[in-house]
Amino acid sequence: MKLIILENYSQASEWAAKYIRNRIVQFGPGPGRFFTLGLPTGLPRDHPESYHSFMWNNFFKHIDISPENVHILDGNAPDLQAECDAFEEKIKAAGGIELFVGGIGPDGHIAFNEPGSSLVSRTRVKTLAMDTILANARFFDGDLSKVPTMALTVGVGTVMDAREVMILITGAHKAFALYKAIEDGVNHMWTVSAFQQHPNTVFVCDEDATLELKVKTVKYFKGLMLVHNKLVEPLYSMKEMGAERSQAKKPYSD
Amino acid sequence: MPSNKSVSDAPIVQFTNCRILRDHQLQREDLWVREGKILNPEKLFFDEKGSADVQLDCKDSIIAPGFIDVQINGGFGVDFSLATDDFKSGIDLVSQKILSHGVTSFCPTLVTSPPSVYHQVLPQINVRNGGTHGAGILGAHLEGPFISKEKKGAHPEHCLRTFEAGAFQDLLATYGSLNSVQIVTLAPEMRRSSEVIRELTKRGICVSLGHSVANLSQAEEAVQHGATFITHLFNAMLPFHHRDPGIVGLLTSDKIPAGRRVFYGMISDGIHTNPAALRIAHRAHPKGLVLVTDAIAGMGLAPGRHTLGQQVVEIDGLNTYIAGTKTLSGSVATMDTCVRHFQEATGCSVETALEAASLHPAQLLGIEHKKGTLNYDSDADFLMLNDSLYVQATYIAGEEVWRQDVSGM
Repeated sequence: MKLIILENYSQASEWAAKYIRNRIVQFGPGPGRFFTLGLPTGLPRDHPESYHSFMWNNFFKHIDISPENVHILDGNAPDLQAECDAFEEKIKAAGGIELFVGGIGPDGHIAFNEPGSSLVSRTRVKTLAMDTILANARFFDGDLSKVPTMALTVGVGTVMDAREVMILITGAHKAFALYKAIEDGVNHMWTVSAFQQHPNTVFVCDEDATLELKVKTVKYFKGLMLVHNKLVEPLYSMKEMGAERSQAKKPYSD
Repeated sequence: MPSNKSVSDAPIVQFTNCRILRDHQLQREDLWVREGKILNPEKLFFDEKGSADVQLDCKDSIIAPGFIDVQINGGFGVDFSLATDDFKSGIDLVSQKILSHGVTSFCPTLVTSPPSVYHQVLPQINVRNGGTHGAGILGAHLEGPFISKEKKGAHPEHCLRTFEAGAFQDLLATYGSLNSVQIVTLAPEMRRSSEVIRELTKRGICVSLGHSVANLSQAEEAVQHGATFITHLFNAMLPFHHRDPGIVGLLTSDKIPAGRRVFYGMISDGIHTNPAALRIAHRAHPKGLVLVTDAIAGMGLAPGRHTLGQQVVEIDGLNTYIAGTKTLSGSVATMDTCVRHFQEATGCSVETALEAASLHPAQLLGIEHKKGTLNYDSDADFLMLNDSLYVQATYIAGEEVWRQDVSGM
């Protein structure tokens, strides 16, 4: 894995954004050649405003994505398992996920793959852990009885199939989960640890998230920042890419 | 980008690189318009899988809802209180010219006149939507003749009337028809005014208090019967007195029925009201302030003599007096000037100044679900302004109806 440690939340976000941008530009997307960006499913569609509004306000309205290229799991579908299976098919049809971007919960879950989820699971209906329900209560005016207890989610196996995985982890409350994810063994109680077996993982975090890691680990990866920063500088743009694509190459691999 | 809209095939325009006035704040958001209404882009994206057909770069302008002038007596040589043969073309001319001041809807105002004038003129005023031909007409504002002699201001005394004999029937006989009437200004201390106010309110006509010597209790009683507006606060009414605030006291009265708000018109041309008085009113009741021009025929023309109904007025700079006197009679300020002056004099935010000319008049007339805001599904009547609040372009129903000439000023 690559562990990228930045000073704070904004710097971590910026580094991640630049990395994603360079990845998209170097991939050279075009008609029929999709850069498939995977994102964890947010809240169930039951609450009509929150997840779609979140995605709209924070992502879609700022970019020129075509609405037909947006696929969100529909929690209101009549046959939920069929909806999940269809989603897996759509991923295959789009050529597989090129880059999956996600965060982790304080209990080390990726997407809604709560502790105990199979590390080879696929997109499915999942019951939510109490921690997650409590965290989601803020979208339902703090009323716990209104928070959905089930969600559709991509599976750990689904994300493992992506060609690259990027996990964003910021804040001291995630520090223990990060420790479990990268310094302990692969364990289905901390589902993010599954990515230790993925060939291309990038963890982007801030100083606070490293609080439970060994000093040795942190020093090692901070020492690699000179090399890692070559992934975000220079910043490429679609206009220049025509000429440069032949010359661009990754500085080193995992 | 292929558009795959399921609700309508009409073109969708996306105004980008702008700051829009929404939820009382200037926000960096795009404005989406379809079929003359403001469109919700999130619904378009997820439910219709649609996208914009045209994108317009607004070069960082402010986009605000179009101004609504509820008291304008004429302009550019046209006097709404004169029953001329070419009255219709006169009203068309004014409605077209005020687009450059940012006004997208207005209430042509008639000052105190003989019944014959009302009978001839009112049938020629039709409520209509705005467009490239001019600003929309919301309905007439009848200021008088049921007003106080002592506070007639520039209105002709011989035309003043009372309704103590037949109350509402007298009023109806005077005006002839109330079909396209939106606002009536009267003096509430007149006998039987309560019945008249109740009847007008029942018919959806906004009752305004003005040109009156009413004390605060009379004014409060009028509000309880349905009055919701005060015509040009401070002017043509008793001055504020600390033991009887008069009509001005309505701004902070505790006898206003729950759920109702009293609005008050202010002519912020720097002449009708001292800036200090403007600030006092604004600070006492900021949500009720409605900017009006009270513009007369001479507005937009060179200084000199013009008419205002049965009177002759003299214009000298921004001052307009009854010829030969020092009695103020209307103004020649334009709506955008009033907005700028209001913002400077009170030091209020740009959002507040803009809302005083758009949201508040819409709320007064009960039309804020379609005018006066940039909320989704509202009529797309809006303005592009620069940071100094000069109008750069005017749009009605999503169509550009006026643009600042770049080569000019």
